[in-house]
This record gives sequence, structure tokens and C-alpha cells, in this order.
Amino acid sequence: MSDGSDNQNGTLDQGLKFIDPHIHMNARVTDDYERMAAAGVVAVIEPAFWLGQPRTSIGTFIDYYSTLVGWERFRAAQFGIRHYCAIGLNSKEANNEPLAEQVMEILPRFLTKEGVVAVGEIGYDDQSEAEDKYFRAQLELAKELEMLVMVHTPHRDKKQGTTRSMDVIEEHGLDPSRVVIDHNNEETVRETLDRGFWAAFTLYPRTKMGNERMVEIVRQYGSDRIIVDSSADWAMSDPLAVPKTGRLMLERGISREDVHKTCYQNALDAYGQSGAFNEEDWLNPAPIDQRILFEGNSVLRGQAPRVDEEKDNLVIE
Amino acid sequence: MTDYNSNNTPAALLKEWLDRALSETTAGWLQSGLEKADDPVSDQGFYVAFGMVPRKLGKATLELNDEDLQKADASRKGWRPQGLSVDQAARLLLTLNRSVIMGDRFPDWLDQLIATGDVAEQVALYRGLPLFPYDKKLSLRAQEGLRTNIKTVFEAIAHDSPFPAEYFEENAWNHMVLKALFIGSALYPIQGIDQRTNVQLTRMLTQYAHERWAAKRVISPELWRCVGRCPNDSALDDLKRVISSSDELENRAAVLALNDFPEKNELVEGLLQTQTELLAAIKNGELTWDRLGVQVAEGSGQ
Repeated sequence: MSDGSDNQNGTLDQGLKFIDPHIHMNARVTDDYERMAAAGVVAVIEPAFWLGQPRTSIGTFIDYYSTLVGWERFRAAQFGIRHYCAIGLNSKEANNEPLAEQVMEILPRFLTKEGVVAVGEIGYDDQSEAEDKYFRAQLELAKELEMLVMVHTPHRDKKQGTTRSMDVIEEHGLDPSRVVIDHNNEETVRETLDRGFWAAFTLYPRTKMGNERMVEIVRQYGSDRIIVDSSADWAMSDPLAVPKTGRLMLERGISREDVHKTCYQNALDAYGQSGAFNEEDWLNPAPIDQRILFEGNSVLRGQAPRVDEEKDNLVIE
Repeated sequence: MTDYNSNNTPAALLKEWLDRALSETTAGWLQSGLEKADDPVSDQGFYVAFGMVPRKLGKATLELNDEDLQKADASRKGWRPQGLSVDQAARLLLTLNRSVIMGDRFPDWLDQLIATGDVAEQVALYRGLPLFPYDKKLSLRAQEGLRTNIKTVFEAIAHDSPFPAEYFEENAWNHMVLKALFIGSALYPIQGIDQRTNVQLTRMLTQYAHERWAAKRVISPELWRCVGRCPNDSALDDLKRVISSSDELENRAAVLALNDFPEKNELVEGLLQTQTELLAAIKNGELTWDRLGVQVAEGSGQ
């Protein structure tokens, strides 16, 4: 029992719940779901992205989006994890204009589906003209359907690309409080927060953020509007990045409140604005949702989270 | 647009039940959704309304009384709307409406709508199969739906619907029944389960039973429902085993199945006479396949 033992090492994380608001489960195996559930992850958001190689026809986009709103959502529920998604045309594939046009045509019918919390992940890759065109078109679509936006900021020319993304969003009249800017780092966080956007950080080994750096960012900027995610996908990435980072923060003296906000509550507040992402969904699912998604499965509730074999190495470099 | 004044069509009934269940605001949204979805040129209005239904109207279960259920059956023989939720009803209404505009393009259009649907949408649309036009052309889509791994989607097609019994040819029917047992789904809500027994199905089910026994796995007592009416050579030996099982529900199933044998030889009669209490329960209606099915489902925690 955790009474009075909260400051003993090893029990600090008792009862912590986590949300991973950016992860590509489509590329992960069921072992990952099992480990995530065991580590305390209760909900995930899977934004539509590219699949490691470009698609060549509209049919594969349709099937991919259908998987996100259908099968993947059901698969996650088998492990007691609620699955949500963001639907959009990613920046890389925006460069194939004839195909992009067809994708734009089918987007509205997927954006309205159950569990779709935002238009995303959209933004820039090479910052080409075509990318700009479809980024803007999707911002307009988000406005029309009153949806939130999840923004992918580029790997290359990052600082400039992040600033430009926010300029364009403001130019199109979207409210920054309804937009999550993802893949921030030490160089972009100040401006993102100052301009009123949500600032998400991707804990992705070797290429994006390591979680020791993340601890320092939370120490410096606090926990307001800061969100931690894994963006785990088909490359070398870590589906336990959020719980690991939360636990590392605790170990390094960040308050439990700040861990709760950056690894759970802020994601809930940001994406909860969609009306399609509610704590009730996993704490107390409606009977009809239980019939459809949770039949024959026990929803994990209030169990002691564990990372077992991960305990020795919480650090992601 | 569908004429709701033409009384007692499924669409008119759905509209009536929804109007009763919805508030003024939500009923207003549905009405404007129906109008936007009625655009003869573009599908976009339909897709947006269809997608937004649960967010706008919620998912409460429709409250239906006996008269509603009688009207449902009168509007479409075998239609059982019990347990239908507000969002399912609204999506069916939108789709029935759209079918008027789609004309003979409807089967292909519905095929795409289901193929790109989320789980809740698929459940709603599959529950609507007996209500849609061009029903003969929807059989392959229904069979495709049964290939799902998602039990609720399977049951939206197989359970409480006259569609499979009316439109599936024998092989499709048999595989539906066998899959129901495979995935732990009940047989008693399958309409026509007794009428559509056949020799092939008995063979498939008894062989399945043998596999399960060899693997020391349990078998749903409901399996024998399809065997007794159409027994094969192995059925009697199999039922001898089941009648002496330590599981009471299995004993009841064996007696029900033996009692269903179209021709009862001495061996069958002999076995039955060892269970006079259960035979009496069958005679007075206390023991039926449907009741047993409910007990099996309850016992397995479904």
C-alpha cells in the first residue's frame, strides 16, 4: 500500500497512469501493447503518417485510414488500452500531387469517425510548395469541421520549419490552444509556448529527444502545456518512452504533479477539446462501448504499473 | 427522401423511435443531417452526417415496447430491433434514405461504406442488412463481414437477423454456424438455426466435436442443436458420450438432440428413457434449445 511510502524509491510511480498521444501502433506487435498496459499506459493516439515508403494509390490510403479507425482500435482494446487516432495527409506524401488531391477528397469521411481526435500529423518535411499547399488545405478542413490539429515539425531545418508552421496556422486563423506542435526540442520550445500552442516532445532514441534532456526541459519550463510522447513506429523506437520518461523524471526529483501533467493530463486536456477523447472512455466505458470494444476482456484498472525488465534502464538516449 | 407518412416501413419506424428518444435540439440536428445527406450530386453531406451521429446524438439504447417490436416484425419479417442504440438507428435511417438516391448503385456504394467503416459503423450497417434494398446482392458483403475477427461485428450479421437464413447458400450458412462456435458466440439467436440443418453441417460439427475432445477442450452444448435434427452415423455415439457427461447442460443438450431425431430407433429410445425428468421438462416447455442457449451463454459469462 502506498500510504506514507510515496517518497520511498520504487513506489513513487504507484498508481500513475500514462497517455501516449503520438504512437504508430500499426507498426507494433501485441507484445508492445502488453508491455504498455503493464507499464500503466491507458490510452494512445495514433496519427496517420507515411509507412516508410510512399504509397502509390488512393486505395492504400483508404485501407490505412480504415485500419486506424477500425482494426487497430479493436486490437488495442484487447489489452485494455483505448486507441484514438488523428487522420491527415502527411507532409512527405503531400509531394505526390495527383495522389494528394485524391486523398484530400476522402479525408472528410474519415475525420468524422469514432475516436478521431484531430487532423494530423500534418506539416512540413522538405518545406516544398506542395507540402505548403496541402498543409494549408488541411488547416482549412480542420476549421470547417471544428477539429484540433496535430503538427509534425520537420527534422531538417527544424527551427525555421517550426516557426513557419506556427505562422501559417495563425495566418489561417486557428486558435493556438487547439493545436499541438510536436517534435519540439530545446531550440523550439520557448517560441512554441510563448505563442500559446501545446508543445509536444517526442522521446525517440538517437534522432529526436532523449529523456534526460526532457527532464531538464521540464525543470526549466515547468509542466504547463508540455506533452511527452514516443512516436514509436517501424524504426528503432520505444513504445514505453512515456512511462519510462515519467519514472525517470520522478527519480530525478521532478514532482509527481508535473509528471502527471506532462505524461497524462496535458494530453487529455489538449485532445479532450475534440469531444472524442474522454477519461470516462477508459475509467468507466459506456455499456455499448464495452460491448463493442471490450467484450471478453477486462479493462485494466488501478493495477500496480510495472516496467519489470525496463527498471534498470529508464534512460533513452 | 423517404416518405415517412407511408406508415410502418422500417425507415418510418426508425424515425418515429428516434423522434421519441431525442431532445428538440438533437432531433433538429438529425433532421438537418437527413436533409444535407439528401444531396443527389455529392456524398459528402451524407458522410459527414453519418460520421458525426454518435457525437451529436449519443449512444443510448432505444426504448422499444411490445407494440414497436410487433410493428418492426410487420414491416420486415424477422427484423428484431431489440437493443438498437440511438446512433445505430440514426445511421440506418440515413443509409435507408440515401439508398433511395443511390438506386441500383446502392450495393456497391454500401460495400464501400462498410469497408471504410469504424467498428460501430460496421455493426450498425450489418444490423441493417435485412432492411436494405437489393438484398440479394448484399449476400457476399455479409459473408465478407463474417470473416471478421471482431465478435460484435460477426454477431451483427449472424444474430437476430433473418438475412443469413434467407440469402446464404449452404456452405456459407454452415461456415457461419461453425465459426459462431469457434469464437464462443451463441447459436440460439441465429434465425433459422433449426430449419437450415443439413448433412454437411452435421458432418462439420461432429468432426469439430471430435477435434475438441481429442484436444481435451470443452464444446458448447449448443452444438448438438444442429445434429439431432439431421443425425449422421456418428451422432448417436457422440450423444451417448454427451448424455453421460458430468456437465448438466451437456446432458440437457443430449436429451434435446436425441428427442429431435426424425426417426428414433430402440437405441435412441433407450437412451431417452434413462432421462425421464428431462423428457418431461421438454414436454412441458421448461427445457428448450433457446432456454438452454441462454443458460450456456450465462454460464460462460457472456
